[in-house]
Amino acid sequence: MQQRLARGEAAALGELYDRFASLVHSQAHRMLDDETAADLVTREVFGYVWENPDAYDPKQGSMRSWVARLTHRQSVRRLREEDGLRDDADEGGIGLEERVHRATAAARADYIVASMPAPLRAALELAYVQRRDYRQTAADLGVTEDEARRRLRLGLQLLSTAHTRPLEGTSPPGYGRPL
Amino acid sequence: MTGDDNANGREDGGRDDEVRGARRIPGPRSAADDLDLSALPLPPPVPATPPEEPRPGPQPTTPEPETAVAPPAPSGPPGPTAPPGPPVLGHRVLKALLGAWALAACSAEETEAVEAHLTECAACADEALRLRDAVGLLHTDRSLDLDPTLRTRVIDACLNRRPADIPVPDWASPYDAETARLDALLRDIGDSEWHAPVRLKWFESEQETTRKTTVAGVIGHLMTVDGLVGTALGLDVALGDGTRGPGADWPLSPTARTEKYWSAVRRPPTRRIHEPWREQSHALIRTVSFAGRGVCELSVSYGDFALPMHDSLLDRAFECWVHGGDIANAVDYPYAAPSAAHLNRMIDLAARLLPAALAERRRTGLAGPARHLVTPGSPGRSLHLEVEGSGGGDWYIPLDSPAALGSPAHTVAQVALDGVEFCQLVAGHVPPVEAAAGQEGDREAIRDVLFAAASLSRL
Repeated sequence: MQQRLARGEAAALGELYDRFASLVHSQAHRMLDDETAADLVTREVFGYVWENPDAYDPKQGSMRSWVARLTHRQSVRRLREEDGLRDDADEGGIGLEERVHRATAAARADYIVASMPAPLRAALELAYVQRRDYRQTAADLGVTEDEARRRLRLGLQLLSTAHTRPLEGTSPPGYGRPL
Repeated sequence: MTGDDNANGREDGGRDDEVRGARRIPGPRSAADDLDLSALPLPPPVPATPPEEPRPGPQPTTPEPETAVAPPAPSGPPGPTAPPGPPVLGHRVLKALLGAWALAACSAEETEAVEAHLTECAACADEALRLRDAVGLLHTDRSLDLDPTLRTRVIDACLNRRPADIPVPDWASPYDAETARLDALLRDIGDSEWHAPVRLKWFESEQETTRKTTVAGVIGHLMTVDGLVGTALGLDVALGDGTRGPGADWPLSPTARTEKYWSAVRRPPTRRIHEPWREQSHALIRTVSFAGRGVCELSVSYGDFALPMHDSLLDRAFECWVHGGDIANAVDYPYAAPSAAHLNRMIDLAARLLPAALAERRRTGLAGPARHLVTPGSPGRSLHLEVEGSGGGDWYIPLDSPAALGSPAHTVAQVALDGVEFCQLVAGHVPPVEAAAGQEGDREAIRDVLFAAASLSRL
């Protein structure tokens, strides 16, 4: 894919979009809570990848995680820009850094849920979205109650790393301090 | 945030692994701290921060247990195995329950037992806090469906910043756009919806014909007929039994080909057909991009007839939209019409195919005889097809011979209808007698053209 992008193949750009657009857009939307802003971030991220396909280093991780990092960087940039436009008097609201932190944790959480092993995700979805208790969850999944409890706990443990873990390794260089 | 950072010290990046966090998580049953309670330093009476203090953010599910601080542990050494009221559950069991507890997914007694335990076990209280925070990061809103028009906007913006060295030919762009729209719909539907019944409709032997299949069956149909384009380009195509090959012995007629595909699949198709379909459509786009002008006029045979590559892909885009609509109907999703520019080209293709369809019907006695002999290449009696709305325009259909030119000056009849409605007619979804809002002039000409339009439809 990287080679095809570097070669300037428009069809590869389309395939790239088909593969990652929903990741990029939903992550940006989660961080910015605004449809138009998420559209713009999506445009920026794909524009960047298309113009700089060589910036991706496969040794640093999957293309998916690279795209997620780019999205994070663009979204944080937007948060900072918006903050710059805001009156300094922050009406008792939360400060920029806190906003960035929360947005980052939320986006990481989505990323973690999307990439966690499917059995864990299924258990979390049953318990959280469908509001099944763990016994019902066990029955729905056809596993023991022990196993259902284990999956719920493990899923949440994974998820809890969103608060602390940098998104897929370190933040890319060139953008402020690591978050 | 600083509190939990210690958990993170071991992280070293570098691996290409999206779930590598899994390996760092302590196994839930590491026996060492599960059983040997006496080895733990006695916890301070109650953690200063009760575990329920949520991080700001949505926390819709879990009712706040208010009992975390109460009941106050009885004075004296806390007896971990003897909580007062609730059932006697050991540390190990309670610890295993923490995930379910944080999600409010255990029974009232268990909740009570866990919460009593948290007042006396620092390790569990700490984990409970982390897990409860993690619940706050979950959310129920389904990821929003991507606006289908975003793809074009994003890709156009990219191409403005850096023009493509190998562009997708303009004539392939409707196919690119329509397959992408259908792909987005398919990503959004659940496993079971792939088996939703779909009734395909077309117009054959002067009447509406239907064929029952499923959503996955429709994708198989699209894939098999797209394979005709692949075959013309020298690509291997999916053969139904899971293999790919040139398909040299496969029928070219779209209907026969589809039936052969459907009967070659051993089990009813499932969502697993999504990927091969998408791979093939990507491969077609990629191949014509590289071949460019070289293949624009390449003939694609459909058995009884043939289309040049650029029209063939436009026809496949049309089919993709029409069947995308059939699928969307079956699973109750909205599905918009193609962009105006693409719709216009689809209508244009149908308008260009009409004279030959009319001649074919005349040959078999289904349409009235030609009224005039027209010298090939000169204007003849015409029907004015006025298509309104998005993608619309004016077309003049020569009535007496495919070789004649349509001409406003020789118009003997006029039909006015909406662009999408015209396409529904061409797709055989609307019977010709019900189509066309406005009709004026030679009634026989109008009837012949509307029926000819419907006869363009097929499975």
